[in-house]
Amino acid sequence: MDAAPTAPEVLDDGASRGVERVPLVLNRRSFSWLTERISGVVEQPAPRWWWVCFTITGTIAMFGMFCLGYQISTGVGVWGNNIPVGWAWDITNFVFWIGIGHAGTLISAILFLLRQKWRTSINRSAEAMTLFAVMCAAIFPGVHVGRVWMAWYLAPLPNNYAIWPNFRSPLMWDVFAVSTYFTVSVLFWYTGLIPDLATLRDRATTKIRKFLFGFFACGWRGSNRNWRHYEMAYLLLAGLATPLVLSVHSVVSFDFATSILPTWHTTIFPPYFVAGAIFGGFAMVLTLLIPARAMFKLHDIITVQHIDKMAKVILLTGSFVAYAYSMEFFVAWYSGNAYERFAFWNRVFGPYWWYWWVGMLFCNCLSPQLFWFRWCRRNILVVYFVSMCVNAGMWFERFIIIAGGLHRDFLPSSWGLFIPTWVDIWTFIGTLGIFTSLFLLFIRFLPMIAMSEVKIVLPEADAHYGSTTDHHPAAGTKERT
Amino acid sequence: MRTPSGHKVYGMGAQYPSAATLYEAAKLVRDAGFKRWDVHSPFPIHGMDEAMGLKKSWLSAVVLAGGISGLLTAVIVEFGPSSFLFPLIVHGKPTNFMTVPAFFPIMFELTVLFGAFAAFFAVLIMNGLPRPHHPIFNWERFSRVTNDAFFLVIEARDPRFTEVEARELLERSGGQHITIIHDD
Repeated sequence: MDAAPTAPEVLDDGASRGVERVPLVLNRRSFSWLTERISGVVEQPAPRWWWVCFTITGTIAMFGMFCLGYQISTGVGVWGNNIPVGWAWDITNFVFWIGIGHAGTLISAILFLLRQKWRTSINRSAEAMTLFAVMCAAIFPGVHVGRVWMAWYLAPLPNNYAIWPNFRSPLMWDVFAVSTYFTVSVLFWYTGLIPDLATLRDRATTKIRKFLFGFFACGWRGSNRNWRHYEMAYLLLAGLATPLVLSVHSVVSFDFATSILPTWHTTIFPPYFVAGAIFGGFAMVLTLLIPARAMFKLHDIITVQHIDKMAKVILLTGSFVAYAYSMEFFVAWYSGNAYERFAFWNRVFGPYWWYWWVGMLFCNCLSPQLFWFRWCRRNILVVYFVSMCVNAGMWFERFIIIAGGLHRDFLPSSWGLFIPTWVDIWTFIGTLGIFTSLFLLFIRFLPMIAMSEVKIVLPEADAHYGSTTDHHPAAGTKERT
Repeated sequence: MRTPSGHKVYGMGAQYPSAATLYEAAKLVRDAGFKRWDVHSPFPIHGMDEAMGLKKSWLSAVVLAGGISGLLTAVIVEFGPSSFLFPLIVHGKPTNFMTVPAFFPIMFELTVLFGAFAAFFAVLIMNGLPRPHHPIFNWERFSRVTNDAFFLVIEARDPRFTEVEARELLERSGGQHITIIHDD
């Protein structure tokens, strides 16, 4: 872009049409301001609220650990699962947590490929959230196998009995999908962290910090010969993570869709689950980032514009989800299948009726519709309220699909209900504690915003900044490719 | 090459006030015909590869190879046990060509997994990392490279490198704090 603008007119910053684009980082902050503010979170002593929060979440996490230990040492019978509801809170929690992870990968990979520069302020923390959510998710199928010490049978390892896994089973696909998802997310997250760890290494004042950050920064020195390969690796990891994230929740939905149970046996499940995952995940990103932004005074980096954009994603995916819900009802009626019709009638008026009215209808379909209004997207309290609704609503949705599908079988004689035990309840609450504790540790010890990436969106990062050959000298936030 | 005090010389470095000045300086050094030199910045600068005369990274070829090896691994891991070691007929489905679609998800996952590992290890190996000690860290100004500073360093082992010529070039390109960097 030295002499002539090569990008088509529609891609310009709007200056030619008299529309000024709001900068991604407000108040014309400098590179060193960004470094100071973001590294400062990690370098200064933990604020008091951090200790208060961590004590609470850590205690809750301990309850969860205790319940897991009790469940492993006693058996799956401590849960309320019983025929016909053999999958209940455990698998609900698994799908809930794995879905939350999807927003992180969407932000870090898909928005990267789509060149959405606003992602740089939120991608690091969203990716960390992905890792912690997948960790929480992996707990549930892990302990649900009953004898955890036999879980290695899930892997195709040669053994005495010459027994091999059935690779045509969706549960096997799940094992590969979730473990690949976690591994690739870790690699992507760590690759992105290396330049920022080098920043912390160069600022470290104590020997131990210098050693640890130095070790993990791998001797990064910001060389352009290194950036060249680094940017290619980052692009390819994003390219690999994009189909991966779409596949993971599709595979999770196959666990249900390949069965013959009414309400499970539907072809709409993969896209419906993926949209729901992104929907629930963005709500969780907002749930975590809105307080973190306020606590660490990051308003210039995570701006109202970012929250507005995330609210739009919630509105879009929430509307996908609402469409999928209606289509399920339509197909149940249109199929003429008595069992399908009954199952959906039962969803709305059966024993779990209020789960549907509150969770699916109010929380998932209606509450995001507030985001049609700009005022609501920019009002932190409204955004927080809707994200909380969506968090809860997506859990209810998974419970309705799983237990709601199972509790009314083909044979009325085998009908039953699911009643959670205290172990069910505390294991789930415990994973909320584990998740928030891990996130608190993350914002304490690692840079929660990708410094090297946010710096790129500053106008000064442009190689032609201030040059007279530039056609848009005043345009601070021009999107460069 | 050694300094009067007996230190081995790694190269000569200069600091630049902005990404734009570094970009212009890189073009100057490239045109002067230097080969062993590098620029250092807190973030990747768009267009710097061309300004330095670098070609597209060939890391993508490594990732392609990783992805293909992942696919082949999945084919062996799946069909070995399912067709030969422990043929199992579930849902009335034999393990013949007609049931191949049921094997696709794991092939896809392992392709992505191996491709991602290839990308991760390739970026480290091709960049010569981890390398915790590097002569450039001897320059105390250099610690700001991960914050807000921009540097250009010409190595002494470049065949065209002479102290006078390098200093003249760095001065002409607008470099500040021009310094000889020690190797030890």
